[in-house]
Amino acid sequence: MMELLLSTLRLSTPLIFAAMGGFLCERSGVATICLEGVLLTSAWAAATVTYLTHSPYLGAIAALIVGGFTMFIHAFLTVKAKADQIISGVVVNLIAAGMTPLLTKLLFGSPTNTKAIPISERFSSTTLTVVACLLPFTLYALVYRTGLGLRLLAAGDGPEALETSGVSSQKVRLWAMSLAGMVIGLGGVYLSTAHASQFTRDMTAGRGYIALTALIFGKWRPIPTFVSCLFFGLADALQIQLQSNPIFGHTFPVQALQAFPYIVTLLVLVGFIGNAKPPLAIGK
Amino acid sequence: MKKTFFCEIVLSLSLLLGLSGSLHGEIKVGLALDKGGRDDKSFNAAAFLGATEAQNKLGIKLKTVESSDDISLEPTLRTFAQKQFPLIIAVGFVQKNAVERVAKQFPKAHFVLIDATTDAPNVRSIVFKEHEGSFLVGALSAMASKTHKIGFVGGMDIPMIRRFQLGFESGVKHINPNATVLTNYVGSSSEAWRNPTKAKELALSQYNKGVDVIFSPSGASGLGVFDAAEQMQRLAVGCDSNQNWVKPGLVLTSMLKKVDVAVFKAIELETQSKFQGGIFDLGLSENGVDYSLDEFNRKLISSEMESRIQTIKSDISNKKLKVPDYYLKMKKAKSF
Repeated sequence: MMELLLSTLRLSTPLIFAAMGGFLCERSGVATICLEGVLLTSAWAAATVTYLTHSPYLGAIAALIVGGFTMFIHAFLTVKAKADQIISGVVVNLIAAGMTPLLTKLLFGSPTNTKAIPISERFSSTTLTVVACLLPFTLYALVYRTGLGLRLLAAGDGPEALETSGVSSQKVRLWAMSLAGMVIGLGGVYLSTAHASQFTRDMTAGRGYIALTALIFGKWRPIPTFVSCLFFGLADALQIQLQSNPIFGHTFPVQALQAFPYIVTLLVLVGFIGNAKPPLAIGK
Repeated sequence: MKKTFFCEIVLSLSLLLGLSGSLHGEIKVGLALDKGGRDDKSFNAAAFLGATEAQNKLGIKLKTVESSDDISLEPTLRTFAQKQFPLIIAVGFVQKNAVERVAKQFPKAHFVLIDATTDAPNVRSIVFKEHEGSFLVGALSAMASKTHKIGFVGGMDIPMIRRFQLGFESGVKHINPNATVLTNYVGSSSEAWRNPTKAKELALSQYNKGVDVIFSPSGASGLGVFDAAEQMQRLAVGCDSNQNWVKPGLVLTSMLKKVDVAVFKAIELETQSKFQGGIFDLGLSENGVDYSLDEFNRKLISSEMESRIQTIKSDISNKKLKVPDYYLKMKKAKSF
């Protein structure tokens, strides 16, 4: 039982970071299907810099910078250049999927993975999991209880109103998204230098998209999103436990369990369970 | 779609540029690796090793192309053939259809297909008896295990990995009929080959259930199993290439698929103009599969274990010991 809980937390951690970044970004009014790409570039930066400098802290700083920068590309394209938000997100994902193996090859001679980092130079995954569990509450306080946060919400729901009061919604979005990039960057740090010992190509394996689903499932609010990340993590952990434990001599079809969270999300989206409304200005 | 198209253009351009200069007397060999890439520390790495060895010893001209996705495999093979490479080596079962189509179009070119079979006369299909190699490492794992619980973490749930699993399980039971084998698969899509995070989680859950040795034929995901072994200070077993060095002292042994030897041999035959098409099924007696023993795992394998394995090896080679084959089992099941 305890093991199931720990496994759930370990599997949820990267999802929480990515979903919280997505929360900041989407609530400021910009669709972010590029969570996957940001997660990937920051995971790469964390592993590469940690390997080269032997310091996980420098690696983490690099991941925050690279994560923030990757998101800034998306922000620049959508906010400044007024590009379509979905297309820009796809572009960022493609750049991330292409650049990370290329840079890995240039630095390490092979596109598939960076060199392994010894265990003494890695983060303990517990620390980052604790950070991930505190993050949603911090963001809740920041977004709903401070003037800065309310501006962010206004940029997402009524940018015109924000402009009328003399605040540039563009500026708010640029800042919110760069911050979002750094939050997602922590997820990258967790993937490549805390849980695993190196970066491997496409190691995010769709977690950015799952985080986006969790954000929708959580109806774009930090605490429910946090809970849905845990729910997705639990489904994965349960699936792992059930795979090797036959029930009454029959192994449970794990694919069914894997699909379960998505089916629930689909039900949420079409409005059977509550009503999920995206921020009003998203996509505009 | 756009991405693929773009990739194809870049790929063909780079091939054109790279190949135009190589018109000397040496034999040109094209090596097409699959998604794993030349440093997957496993299957593709072994093929690359064999080909580089041939380049150094036999003086061939080697051109290696790694494909970023499955769709660019066929254009790669076709470009090699159009550039009149006499020998083209395709690594990985995903290349089967591509090789079949291109080999038909270019009957004069010689192809080597690794890990899949086809009937075309100008294709040398090389497959391995994975179940025999897995049987050996299964037996070794059972000898090394103190808890009598042994783990198996497969990559993608496909018949080939089931073949590993069945061989491994029978190897374990051969040594210790009371031992239990816990089995997990990373997933049922090709993502399962490169998801070390998930593989680590599976391995941790097995170790927490008392498992002390895990065998993981799962491509790049296997790196996650090694990480779990390091964290829990238990044993893991490598696959395809010799992975003993990845975590010295924690990798009990590696199940070897001697792709390097097979690739080298194919190139050697080509240089002697003795290329032969057909299907080659390499097992223990053909020295196609084995287990690894070197300075990194020397301390983990006692001389007693070594001699017992030697007996098993000769018994399998002499057909005294029969290792169950998942493919045959499936065929029988279908014929009912």
